[in-house]
Amino acid sequence: MINVKDLTKTYDNNARGIREVSFNIEKGEIVGFLGPNGAGKTTTMRILTCFMPATSGSATIAGHDVFEESLKVRSKVGYLPETVPLYTDMQVPVYLTFVAGVKGVPWKKIKGAVGEVMEQVGLTHMAHKFIGELSKGYRQRVGLAQALINDPEVLILDEPTIGLDPQQILEIRSLIKGLAGTRTIILSSHILPEVSMVCNMVIIIDEGRIKAMDTPENLTAQLSKSNRVMARIAGQHGAILSELQKMHGVKRVDTLGIGSEGGTSKFSIEFEDASQFSHLVARLAGERKWDLYELTPMKMSLEEIFIRIVTEEEMKK
Amino acid sequence: MRNFIFILLKEMRSYFYSPVAFVVITIFSVLTGYYFYNMFANFSTISFQAQTDPMIASQYGVLNVTEFVIRPFFGVLSVVMLIMLPMLTMRVFSEEKKTGTIELLLTYPVQDIEAVLGKFAGCMGIFTIMLLLSFPCMLLVAFFGDPEWGVIISGYVGLLLMGGAFIALGVFMSTLTENQIIAAVLSFASLLILYMVGATAAFVGEVMGRVLEYISILSHLDTFAKGVLDTSDVMYYLLFTIFFLFLSMRSLESKRWRA
Repeated sequence: MINVKDLTKTYDNNARGIREVSFNIEKGEIVGFLGPNGAGKTTTMRILTCFMPATSGSATIAGHDVFEESLKVRSKVGYLPETVPLYTDMQVPVYLTFVAGVKGVPWKKIKGAVGEVMEQVGLTHMAHKFIGELSKGYRQRVGLAQALINDPEVLILDEPTIGLDPQQILEIRSLIKGLAGTRTIILSSHILPEVSMVCNMVIIIDEGRIKAMDTPENLTAQLSKSNRVMARIAGQHGAILSELQKMHGVKRVDTLGIGSEGGTSKFSIEFEDASQFSHLVARLAGERKWDLYELTPMKMSLEEIFIRIVTEEEMKK
Repeated sequence: MRNFIFILLKEMRSYFYSPVAFVVITIFSVLTGYYFYNMFANFSTISFQAQTDPMIASQYGVLNVTEFVIRPFFGVLSVVMLIMLPMLTMRVFSEEKKTGTIELLLTYPVQDIEAVLGKFAGCMGIFTIMLLLSFPCMLLVAFFGDPEWGVIISGYVGLLLMGGAFIALGVFMSTLTENQIIAAVLSFASLLILYMVGATAAFVGEVMGRVLEYISILSHLDTFAKGVLDTSDVMYYLLFTIFFLFLSMRSLESKRWRA
């Protein structure tokens, strides 16, 4: 559905931009762009929505090139920019009627489409208000409504939940999830749980380059091939610690807590390689007759993976 | 076509949602109405004196309401337009750039020409309302006197064409900057220069003088105010309008590849 090849964008002042970004997105996928501020998420989205051209490389949406067949691409894409720029001096339905008009909704269906989309994003009770009077959360909904009004095949949402309260975030997220299926959605975010919750593919982007691209599960599994395990054991702390350190294949042992929760101590045990290892701790506990209360492989959260990917790159430099 | 209509309606609407349309239209009407009152009152005083005093009558020659009120009135309207129309056009693209709404407009399936023409037509709509509100003055003249309707009609046609040229230039200036004040100052200054350039014609030799005379945006209105529809004057305003609308399109287009 969306094919991006070697997309590069350099700005005059040499700042930001993107470098050789390539990815393919299949129809019906929800893809999350993840990256720190200034990583190139918005630049990529602006190129895909035909707002600005790339310096080199190509991008096609539904088979149409974003530069050569811009009008066709634009009629297929619904876009919500990060700043949600709206005509604040218009009433909600008047604004949406205008958008429906220029987006090519047939004359007779405009009124129905406006009503439907307002219902969909939960704006019906704000119909009499001017956009300028609305709170941030409702403006975001108007922004979503204008993106959705012509039922586009592709939705590009730049930070759709930024600046909303937790309740609104949940609502917008479930709304986006509900839109999936027939539509292809790209959304950007720097909130990781959001991406892992909503998206079925994650693209991590930093300093204009793609650092990783996979499903949230694979990304977690692959990168968090956890070689650490947390064990909670009752007994004398010092003795257990030295035994654990002597164990075969152990790289280091950290104490996370002593004597808490009924005389147990918590250890983080890091092994040299990431194959099966939890059972080794259990076996040792059995041999030494320790009371093993808890044994958990320590998974990295998406946050840690993200930080690791980004910082590893910096260290390589 | 369809996009053109939607943008035109949106533009007209936003002029009335914000007080801009009301302020501009009201002030335009007050200014032109005031000048009209002065000229008409002056004319009636002169006529009255001429009736009683043959000396004064011979001084003025034939006292003709078209000559004394209507033709100067069109001149006054053109000056007020020169001041007011940049206020109308300064926002068309500058405001969208400043608030960022241009990002959405340019990612909708709208061609640049539709956006430019839609916005141009929106301003023309407001301007037409302004002109129509000055028309009762003519009715007043017709009530008390006997004006030449041909002159009135050709004068209004001339003003409409001239206004189109002013607006096209203003729209272009507005595509250049996101600052509305800069857009207004640029349009006002360039219109003023084009307005006064005829005055230089006397000092710069015959050929150059005629060139300047032709460039002057004001000199072309005279023929309309005399009741003459000259194709060269009509073409001047039309070409002027098309030229600046074309530049606006180019300027808008350049945002796409220059950004």
